Amino acid sequence: MGDTPDRSANAGTGGPRVTLGHSRSAGAALSVDVPVTPLDRTPDGVGSQDSDLGPGGTGLGGGGALPRRRAFGAERIFHGFTMAAGMTVLGIIVAIAIFLVAKAVPALDANTANFFTYEGWSPNETEPKFGIGALAFGTVLTSLLALLMAVPVALGIALYLSHYAPRRVGTALGFLVDLLAAVPSVVFGLWGRDYFYGPVRDVSAWLNTYFGWLPIFGGDGPFGRSVLLGSLVLAIMVLPIITSLSREVFLQTPTANEEAALALGATKWEMIRMAVLPYGRPGIIGATMLGLGRALGETIALAMTLGIVSKISFNLIENGGNTVAANIANAFGEANDIGRGALIASGLVLFSITLIVNMTARAIIYRRREFTETAA
Amino acid sequence: MAMRIEATNVTAYYGGFKAIENITLTVEPKTVTALIGPSGCGKSTFLRSINRMHEVLPGARVDGRLTIDGQDIYDRDVDVTAVRRMIGMVFQRPNPFPTMSIFENVVAGLRLNGVRKKSILEEAAERALRSANLWDEVKDRLDKPGAGLSGGQQQRLCIARTIAVEPQVVLMDEPCSALDPISTLAIEDLMFKLKDRYTIIIVTHNMQQAARVSDKTAFFSIERTGDPGRLIEYDDTQKIFSNPSEKKTEDYITGRFG
Repeated sequence: MGDTPDRSANAGTGGPRVTLGHSRSAGAALSVDVPVTPLDRTPDGVGSQDSDLGPGGTGLGGGGALPRRRAFGAERIFHGFTMAAGMTVLGIIVAIAIFLVAKAVPALDANTANFFTYEGWSPNETEPKFGIGALAFGTVLTSLLALLMAVPVALGIALYLSHYAPRRVGTALGFLVDLLAAVPSVVFGLWGRDYFYGPVRDVSAWLNTYFGWLPIFGGDGPFGRSVLLGSLVLAIMVLPIITSLSREVFLQTPTANEEAALALGATKWEMIRMAVLPYGRPGIIGATMLGLGRALGETIALAMTLGIVSKISFNLIENGGNTVAANIANAFGEANDIGRGALIASGLVLFSITLIVNMTARAIIYRRREFTETAA
Repeated sequence: MAMRIEATNVTAYYGGFKAIENITLTVEPKTVTALIGPSGCGKSTFLRSINRMHEVLPGARVDGRLTIDGQDIYDRDVDVTAVRRMIGMVFQRPNPFPTMSIFENVVAGLRLNGVRKKSILEEAAERALRSANLWDEVKDRLDKPGAGLSGGQQQRLCIARTIAVEPQVVLMDEPCSALDPISTLAIEDLMFKLKDRYTIIIVTHNMQQAARVSDKTAFFSIERTGDPGRLIEYDDTQKIFSNPSEKKTEDYITGRFG
């Protein structure tokens, strides 16, 4: 006694015995007089050194009859907890959907104009007239413009941070970008409305003078509180999301792939095109879609910077533009019952737009799954 | 298609840490040279400094002189990408580009060189895959992802990718360490075949492999952890494995050390 247990002799003898019905564990016959070691513990606290059990010393590896599955324990509780959490999401979504539809239907019934084609928004009259067309158009237009401006810059910043910047510069700059994401949208709105408005108005006037022959820069003013201002502010707002997500993705590019490209004689830019960007593609798409999601739903900054004119127009620089969310923020205060129902209906449309965008993004990522899932 | 490599007093650093010191050796064209030695002795570092992949890591640098057919590859005016095109490399773990098909993987290097014509690419891909003994296995699924192949096939794909650009020298950094014995054998066979056209330098932990495939063997070692790796002995493989001049080499190959 007192010498260390012979591992090889003990190897096949299994683990702790839980059932007390057997006086000897099944594996005991194999084990040669093993001293009790600290390993000889059973999960339920029954010591294995009970005198009548004899020298059936076992390690954690097993021994004796197989213990019965626990009917109720931490596993089950955790399982139930996670399932409940998952179900909650479903419940919330269903509840919201029911609420929205229930509120929207009476307003849509009372609408005397075509909801999809009418360009104005006057649901509070005795003869309510409102249409989603201009709002949906404005929402999509400002968001797409914002992405058009933000994505290239964001990818540039992300690549610089992940692959070009010296570590210290990269960390500091990355921190600043994250800080930009923490600025509340109402602050962006104020800034856009009171400060950025000036330069944008001047640039718009210049664009109008020299490029006025292009419909998007046409019109005769006033300029400034326009789709251009709104989407510029929006671009600045979505920039940090797209930047930090793409930077994370770029940083995850396997070193092995980067080295493979370099060893083939790629320059840094060629390496990025060969290894980093293709690897990060699903991530870039995801980041862009998240940015688009934020842009589509952005409310207060656009309510403060756009001209709030419900009209379908591609003119970017003239005062005007409106989005679903900005319209809700602006019109909610003085809305009556029908007015609120109409706004909720517009919210449903916004929800569908976002849903379509997200599903499209998933479809794009899914189409390439064969090449991305094996990426390790 | 093969060139002589001469290293003179090559010393490599990772930041302040000196990984190898004063390595001097000459590798003859169209031979296989094995670099062996215990872990951390700087074999891979030396290998990576031959095609200037060492300096890719932050803070890493190389002193000394390394020439390929007399041209100093560390010369200030030398284009580093040209060096790497001339001296190809196969890595320890198979690393095909995960987003590319088998075909695109093989021709990736050619595309870098500006080859656009489909017929040339196809011809080169077939030639490289045949040289890498992979053609018959993949010819029907060239458009499938390279990462979908088995580990051994992936490594042969990487070899095909490396030799598709017809380099002068092929460096292999423990190319079989992640592979099963059959794939290992396939790659060793391949090395015999490639030897006719390329200078091959291989880092290996497997001494039987070194003895089987190489003409010359260089034994690297360190005194103790933290010391730079040094070249202990460099000679014909047969001599190293039968009658080494250095006691340390003998200890290592007979398993008494490392």
